[in-house]
Amino acid sequence: MSEMNEKLVFDKPESVIDRATHYCPGCHHGIAHRLVGELLDEMNLAEKTLMTTSIGCSVFLYNYLNVDAVEAPHGRAPAVATGVKRARPDHFVFTYQGDGDLASIGMAEIMHAANRGEKMSVVFVNNTVYGMTGGQMAPTTLIGQKTTTSPAGRCQATQGSPIRMSEIIASLGGVAYAARGSLDCVKNIRAAKKHLRKAFECQINGTGFGFVELLSGCPTNWKMTPIQANERIQTEMIPYFPLGVFKDISEEGGIC
Amino acid sequence: MTKQPERIFVKGNEAIARGALAAKCKCFFGYPITPQNDIPEFMSTEMVKAGGDFVQAESEVAAANMLLGAAATGIRSMTSSSSPGMSLKQEAISYMAGSEVPAVIVNMNRGGPGLGDIGPAQGDYYQSTRGGGHGDYRHFTFGPGTVQEAYDLTIRAFDIAFEHRTPVLILGDAILGQMKEPITPWEPENIDEEGGKDWAITGRTGGREKRLIKSLFLAEGELAGQNRHLQAKYDSWVDLAECEQFETEDADLIICAYGSIGRIAKSAVRKFRKEGKKVGLFRPITLYPFPSAELKALAEQGKRFLTIEHNLGQMVDDVRLAIRTISDSEFFPIYPGNLPTPDELEEPILKCLEGK
Repeated sequence: MSEMNEKLVFDKPESVIDRATHYCPGCHHGIAHRLVGELLDEMNLAEKTLMTTSIGCSVFLYNYLNVDAVEAPHGRAPAVATGVKRARPDHFVFTYQGDGDLASIGMAEIMHAANRGEKMSVVFVNNTVYGMTGGQMAPTTLIGQKTTTSPAGRCQATQGSPIRMSEIIASLGGVAYAARGSLDCVKNIRAAKKHLRKAFECQINGTGFGFVELLSGCPTNWKMTPIQANERIQTEMIPYFPLGVFKDISEEGGIC
Repeated sequence: MTKQPERIFVKGNEAIARGALAAKCKCFFGYPITPQNDIPEFMSTEMVKAGGDFVQAESEVAAANMLLGAAATGIRSMTSSSSPGMSLKQEAISYMAGSEVPAVIVNMNRGGPGLGDIGPAQGDYYQSTRGGGHGDYRHFTFGPGTVQEAYDLTIRAFDIAFEHRTPVLILGDAILGQMKEPITPWEPENIDEEGGKDWAITGRTGGREKRLIKSLFLAEGELAGQNRHLQAKYDSWVDLAECEQFETEDADLIICAYGSIGRIAKSAVRKFRKEGKKVGLFRPITLYPFPSAELKALAEQGKRFLTIEHNLGQMVDDVRLAIRTISDSEFFPIYPGNLPTPDELEEPILKCLEGK
């Protein structure tokens, strides 16, 4: 036996609860959860974290992360988290929201929380579709993308264009950090974690509002295999939703 | 309770804001709408001076959801609005009821439906007493009739909210909010500013079990259990029902009215009493729980009833439910948009008294 020589290099983060998730095969929520969990551990935040969950597939995030949590109505997570942070300013507060939740029904709440510069972090999972309700058109659905409510493909003339949230958020005064990453491959996952760390640091240092968009696959509602879904992120999503940092004032000493 | 000797001359809105400060409210989330603006204006300065935090939200929807978040952490928190804004707050109120989050909400009722007007009305009685949002829930509702009572009940509201883990609504109207009266402010003693120690989300410090504030119950049987638990809580409030009875003992006719209208009706009752007419006033102070037992006791004495409201007939349903199988109530509406005076109530009262 070579047990003595083996070294454990990859383990479940303590902040992630050891249980099977309800997510479909190939879904990227599990990766996003893990990244958040790793950072809560690495940055020693778990005990002071107050998480705000949202509505959609990720509503059960509170079953998977071992932190205190409050469940917000659809789209309202940034408002609920504002209340949490104002009441408990010494705690670490973040929301975790999908694209229907954040960019459609919750557009007012995300814009104003960002603009006020609430000292909180937002994890925005963009998979261009309403997942939980069965694959309806989302505000981020790409032009031509077929969904259950855009069966002929999203038409720009009648259904508008997919919204680029990271760029919009970056334009607001209270924002310290806004970036878009992707969860389709190891390289992008590593970059996404760096974005998340930066956003979390902006809150801890009191610099301002941190926003990280994560392009994610939804093989079930895209009617693809997990591998095809990863390829779609590369070939269709990233060209429209470019990866990168759109705002970072963390090096400038912050804003007021 | 130590009564301070000083008297101050304030609007109902300011009395509520001062009552909230006395009750150690630490977070306030507002949005401008007439006729309640004095409350967020006062809180934006005075509560911040007292070490609290004030946010002017982007909408009533957001304000109510901020309240949900702040209150979920166990901090005494509040929002206020008026009728159209209250419609928007109902989403979060339903979630607060479902996830048992204690908070205080003020509605300075104005005329409706729709944009209505900015004058007094009681058209939000149903919304305030039936659970105004989706799902099967109730919340505690006070209907203060004077500025002093508004101050006192605001302090009570925070205690009730935390004791029963429920949203508590203070239902006033444009008369109460905008009317100035002398009041005696007082400071409650021994307020527990960390009233959510057993349930609030405060972080897993010390490695305690994680806590979850939620209203989603998907597993088989869970939601039914939650609904049963909530209903048992609402049923337990029956003993907390409060009312004012004025000259009811030997009265032949009981006027049922709440809030500002209760007060106007009281003036009419006083006038009739001077003329030797046997009229009394029954004024519910808690609108939910409704003081049904007290009303039923009056019905059992053979008294007759006239309900007067500043709407088209809402509380009269609760009056009739309370006295069903024994008696019934006449109803006189003051249409929202009109400002009632005691004189205008005399004719309908007299008609009822004379059995016409």
